[in-house]
Amino acid sequence: MANLRILVGVKRVIDYAVKIRVKPDNSGVVTDGVKHSMNPFCEIAMEEAVRLKEKKLAKEIIAVSCGPTQAQETIRTALAMGADRGIHVEVSGKDYENMTPLHVSKILAKLAQEQEANLVILGKQSIDGDNNQTGQMTAALLDWPQATFASEVTKENEHLKVVREIDGGLETVTVTLPAVITADLRLNEPRYATLPNIMKAKKKKIAKHKASDFGVDLGSSVEVVSVEDPPVRQAGQKVESTEELVAKLKESGVI
Amino acid sequence: MAALRVIQKLARTVPARCVSAGRMSSQTSTVSAGHPVSEVVMPLTVLSEDEQMMRDSVAKFAKEKIGPLVREMDRNSKMDDSVLQGLFENGLMGVEVEAEYGGTDSTFFSSCLVVEELARVDPAVAVLVDIQNTLIVTSLRLHGNEEQKQKYLPRLATDTVGSFCLSEAESGSDAFALKTRADKKGDYWVINGSKMWISNSEQAGLFLVFANADSSQGYKGISTFLVDRDTPGLTIDKHEDKLGIRASSTCPVHFEDVKIPESHLLGTVGHGYKYAIGLLNEGRIGIAAQMLGLAQGCFDHAVPYTMERKQFGQSIFDFQSMQHQISEIATEIEAARLLVYNAARLREAGQPFIKQAAMAKFYAAEVAAKTTAKSIEWLGGVGFTKDYPVEKFYRDCKIGAIYEGTNNIQLSTIARYLKQEWQQ
Repeated sequence: MANLRILVGVKRVIDYAVKIRVKPDNSGVVTDGVKHSMNPFCEIAMEEAVRLKEKKLAKEIIAVSCGPTQAQETIRTALAMGADRGIHVEVSGKDYENMTPLHVSKILAKLAQEQEANLVILGKQSIDGDNNQTGQMTAALLDWPQATFASEVTKENEHLKVVREIDGGLETVTVTLPAVITADLRLNEPRYATLPNIMKAKKKKIAKHKASDFGVDLGSSVEVVSVEDPPVRQAGQKVESTEELVAKLKESGVI
Repeated sequence: MAALRVIQKLARTVPARCVSAGRMSSQTSTVSAGHPVSEVVMPLTVLSEDEQMMRDSVAKFAKEKIGPLVREMDRNSKMDDSVLQGLFENGLMGVEVEAEYGGTDSTFFSSCLVVEELARVDPAVAVLVDIQNTLIVTSLRLHGNEEQKQKYLPRLATDTVGSFCLSEAESGSDAFALKTRADKKGDYWVINGSKMWISNSEQAGLFLVFANADSSQGYKGISTFLVDRDTPGLTIDKHEDKLGIRASSTCPVHFEDVKIPESHLLGTVGHGYKYAIGLLNEGRIGIAAQMLGLAQGCFDHAVPYTMERKQFGQSIFDFQSMQHQISEIATEIEAARLLVYNAARLREAGQPFIKQAAMAKFYAAEVAAKTTAKSIEWLGGVGFTKDYPVEKFYRDCKIGAIYEGTNNIQLSTIARYLKQEWQQ
């Protein structure tokens, strides 16, 4: 049964607890000297892969990250969580700023084929870009079935039964393998990288590649024009009665 | 660029356990080109990749799993079982225990980082981890024979808390005036006496007991014994109702005709005092790390409050008198961090460290006391209530000036070294 080779995408993002600051020139957000960690949804994806391996349903887990040199720290965390080896696709500088989910999808699709993976698990989205596209496009490029927003994954014979969180409630689908799954918040609670596993992760291998190794051109057709802070919320006022409310609204010219 | 490549190559070829090399390899990009390799010394606060990962992992565990329980554990004077279990599961109880014995296989410096991060959230949990790592595990690793290591190190790393039994009612700072006796009877030892203020004793499965095996030799009769909790004659008394670190159990431990096999002697008869001095010399760096984490944790709660709290139409942080106080404390915490990290890295590198360890512990305890007192003042009325976490830090820090060598003992140690240096 242990026949799955799972490819898990792990993205390095600004830590969820950090207060985001927009650069003065509105070209993006400040990243220098800011704490980064693994995207929380990628952590959930990683945890699910490790659980499949613990259930003896998977033989190998490969963690992949596309990004600058520091993305290796994120891969190292994945290795400490239980991935067997890592692949770092180095994308830096201007290329990294312009990188879109389509680029990542092309790289992941190519890697899935090269590595003979039969399951790709990704987070449903990253908390920086909030694109929610990479899993879907990776599945399309591979022409594999997809089960997005997974909150439960079970293996049944040669299928995966996936419970999805959708607007109306829960939807259960089955997908044949190979397949792409994206993890939603309630799929699992990721483990901490334990100290002994952090030490062991140092001995695991991380292969380095460039996007061009996979024939992926990083040229982009999307340009970020401006990044702005959300508008500051105005202070409110308390009123005693509806009459006063109407008077105040008239006074301020709203009605 | 050529110089950079040389450094990277060098960093890859040095042994992984060499601390400075580990820190070097993770930071090569900051080295300015042109400096000869031999001059590259990384700043003290720069962590290696695995040190950084451990710190992050412990910080997350502390925040998510310990944080919500801190108040309750303090109120009830009881460590939650889930916390203890989590400490073991995450490999925090055997940081330096080698992988072959099921431990984390990391360094003394990492132990200090773990203690610091835990203390930012709960100093009571930090002291449990500190004693386990810097006193209990270290004593087994340094002085245990292979059989003892195989028996105890895997347990200490995975499910057994250890307790360090040195202090007695009549011997605190004067530790070697201890009265507990160990008498050799055939192929076993019989221990009689009472120990006081024994941390972690409520949870401990293993007691490291200092007892005099030959009182005619004075302190040179002091020897170290490994006593399992279920040994007949060993009783753990009611825990002390303490001012601070209340979730850490502190009890008297009595030994009444406790019979232990000969094989439970640790190291050599009569060397117990040497072991204790050695262990406490480096163990106090762990306590210094605890006080550092405590100060930082308190400060992290206090500063945001000063920015939110408005009086006279502005945040109280914007008053210059407040800024000066806050900046001064921030500087002192930074200074304490440098002392603690340097002492730990000296110990790690096998350099003389005893004077620096005493300085680190003394200073960190002082800074913790000052930081917590100031934090309460900055928070004003709410700082004085139990609804905010700073009053707990204020109570918790007091022990830092007392255990593992009082402040006065630290100063005496420093003076002893100064005298040696100046009298030559």
